[in-house]
Amino acid sequence: MSVITPYRTELSSSRDGFAQLLRAEWTKFRTVRGWVIGTVVGALIIVGLGVLTASKSMCSIATVTRQNPNPVFHACPAPATGPGGEWVTDSFYFVRQPLAGNGGLTVRITSLTGLYSTHGGLPSGGNLLAGMTRGVQPWSKAGIIIKASTRRGSAYAAMMVTGSHGVRMQWNFTHDVAGTAGKVSAASPRWLRLTRSGDVISGYDSADGRHWTLVGRAVLAGLPATAQAGLFAATPGYTVNSTSLGGTSSVGGPALATATFDRVSRQGTWPAGRWTGQDIQAPVDSALPRSVQGFTQGRGRFTVSGSGDIAPADSASQVEHTLGGAFAGLIAMVVIGVMFVTAEYRRGLIRTTLTASPRRGRVLAAKAIVLAAVTFVAGLVAAAITIPISEHLLRANGNPISPLSAATLLRVTAGTAALLAVGAVLAVAVGTLLRRSAAAVTAVIAGVVLPYLLAVISGVLPAGAEEWLVRVTPAAGFAVQQGAPAYHQVVATYTPGTGYFPLAPWAGFAVLCAWAAVLVTLAAFRLRRSDA
Amino acid sequence: MEATIEVTGLRKRFGSTLALDGMTFLVAPGQVTGFVGPNGAGKSTTMRVILGLDKADAGSALIGGQPYASLRRPLSHVGSLLDAAALQPSRSARNHLLWLAHSQGLSAKRADEVIERAGLASAARRRAGGYSLGMRQRLGIAAALLGDPPVLMFDEPFNGMDPEGIVWMRGFLKALAAQGRAVLVSSHLMSELEDTADHLVVVGRGRVIADAGVADLIAAASADRVTVRTTARGDAMTALARAGAEVAATGPDVLTVSNLTPESIVGLLSENAIPFTELSAHRASLEEAYMELTRDSVEFRAEAAR
Repeated sequence: MSVITPYRTELSSSRDGFAQLLRAEWTKFRTVRGWVIGTVVGALIIVGLGVLTASKSMCSIATVTRQNPNPVFHACPAPATGPGGEWVTDSFYFVRQPLAGNGGLTVRITSLTGLYSTHGGLPSGGNLLAGMTRGVQPWSKAGIIIKASTRRGSAYAAMMVTGSHGVRMQWNFTHDVAGTAGKVSAASPRWLRLTRSGDVISGYDSADGRHWTLVGRAVLAGLPATAQAGLFAATPGYTVNSTSLGGTSSVGGPALATATFDRVSRQGTWPAGRWTGQDIQAPVDSALPRSVQGFTQGRGRFTVSGSGDIAPADSASQVEHTLGGAFAGLIAMVVIGVMFVTAEYRRGLIRTTLTASPRRGRVLAAKAIVLAAVTFVAGLVAAAITIPISEHLLRANGNPISPLSAATLLRVTAGTAALLAVGAVLAVAVGTLLRRSAAAVTAVIAGVVLPYLLAVISGVLPAGAEEWLVRVTPAAGFAVQQGAPAYHQVVATYTPGTGYFPLAPWAGFAVLCAWAAVLVTLAAFRLRRSDA
Repeated sequence: MEATIEVTGLRKRFGSTLALDGMTFLVAPGQVTGFVGPNGAGKSTTMRVILGLDKADAGSALIGGQPYASLRRPLSHVGSLLDAAALQPSRSARNHLLWLAHSQGLSAKRADEVIERAGLASAARRRAGGYSLGMRQRLGIAAALLGDPPVLMFDEPFNGMDPEGIVWMRGFLKALAAQGRAVLVSSHLMSELEDTADHLVVVGRGRVIADAGVADLIAAASADRVTVRTTARGDAMTALARAGAEVAATGPDVLTVSNLTPESIVGLLSENAIPFTELSAHRASLEEAYMELTRDSVEFRAEAAR
């Protein structure tokens, strides 16, 4: 037999590291036109639904005057803005006088009572309060307040008794600290004290006026030398949320809170020397009309009645909601993510892939990274286009635009992109596990998009079920799109359907990531262990 | 690295079917090794095990002494074509080769070179989904050549090829072997390999039945039997046996003779004045040799199918 000269290649040596594998998977992706088009379509769906939502969202107020009986339409006024930039409700009855420089105010409260309407509107004439029911609301509040000015939204700090949350110290709308618990009554009065020292306001409470407990300390940056200080009363309206299989509905009506104060003592310089009653009220307000609010003063005793609230306002349903089409874009990304793997199984191409790259875990990683990068960029571009366009449209349609901080806007934008990316990675994992397009697409849609549709869009489930769905399923990740935070000191319909998720934005996103991580691990296990 | 494929004692079971039952053979460089056996004999499974795609229950498959999974830049060690239909239909041939090239750190230029070599240059930018099976085979060959590997493995590369393609493929395989590469080509039809393979590994029921050079295999199968029809059976047997032949009476006046050429049998019978009415030499074709060898496994399969 002749001597064989073994074959020697003349190709120069190359590398087959992870970078090469990533490049190969990227080449695979970009050379299938359907996938590229699908990604663009997914992004366009998000933009399209966002623009549609914004263009259909109208807000206007009609005014009719004696001179001009034809209604004139105006854009809806924006709620007041608090010191933190957020929308606030700042509506209460204020018995005030100026406090110059440092000083303090101490009172005793002996009762907090209330009236409320269970049937929405009030009779327009006669005795407004005749048909109302006795009782306080959980967050009916009365107490003492030091406020930068009487302008709505200005900085403040307050000590108060509440309907059912005991004594609280609250400041600048979003801060809330609990003091002594329990209801106030003549037998069990509450002493409250506020002291000002520069920008720092300290709040104390006491059961007997001798032994005081510090409840909280608020720093009101830029508080003017002369502030407004005094007594206040306010109450949010009566609200009952009833939830059933048909969804959540709420009924309610306006309410009035009345508190009795005595032992009022002032420390420091109070140049006016006498108390002035003022109804701090928004132009468009659900609070009771001026006529039923007010105060009486006599023999050291004050009775103050007020309606409204001093609290953060519901500022959901705004710009970030125009990214609500992300779920539809996600469906496109999921289909592409699944196909990126299952198309290879269907044709047997996976064998070519694994012959070129026998380290299978890296193949899965490369596919996941390429798809995550592509869908992230597509999502980012979609969100970055949607937000300014829809903000413009919302404004043009008369909607006040809730102030979102730059950080929140960035989180919502990048979070939407990350949501698509992680969803696509999850689809890659499920595609690898199930190997069949139809089964994998169905599974991912049922696991990620369906819970979102049920909990957030449909409104057919009770609130508890809605919250459970967006807490434990991968749909929890949509929480990253929530713009406005929920506040415990506000009674509102905080349900997924109204844009509030039970988990914090990044916590919800972490739930989605955990699902993706588990599924990728299982997929890697299956890919490594099974014959290709 | 030595350009060899070394398969030792592979066993693999799919459910109740024993696909590989001690498969053992060696593919040497510089020749085309035919890997033949009936459908279901375990050829494709063996190839998948060699490529690390399927795991064997026992045994080993080594490329130049290393398991496939441990190879760096595997396509520069082994080129393979398992299934020509394994393509994303909407991706062009060139782009198919491009991602493969990128996975090995090879350039787009290399992809163009192998397209040229496989005779696909004019169709390279068309969707692979529109390719005929023969064109897909060429694309698969191009992919196998991408890393310019010393070991090549093709599963049924003649499938779907037109006669012109078959001629091209034969010359191509021989040329690859002549460069010093080890070339393993499977087929379920011996005729496809008759003029191409230098060495044959014949398999059936998951094990090797014969592992020999093509010439040896033919000789072993036919063993040059000669049939003699004569009325003087006894005399003929005596005379032929004395000359060193193996003689068997296979009919009332029929003898089957081996170990003697037909010419010397004619000479002996004439010398001894023994009459004969017919003398026929029988030489097996490779196809017959293969049929002979694989009859058992085919019968087994027919029974199993019942």
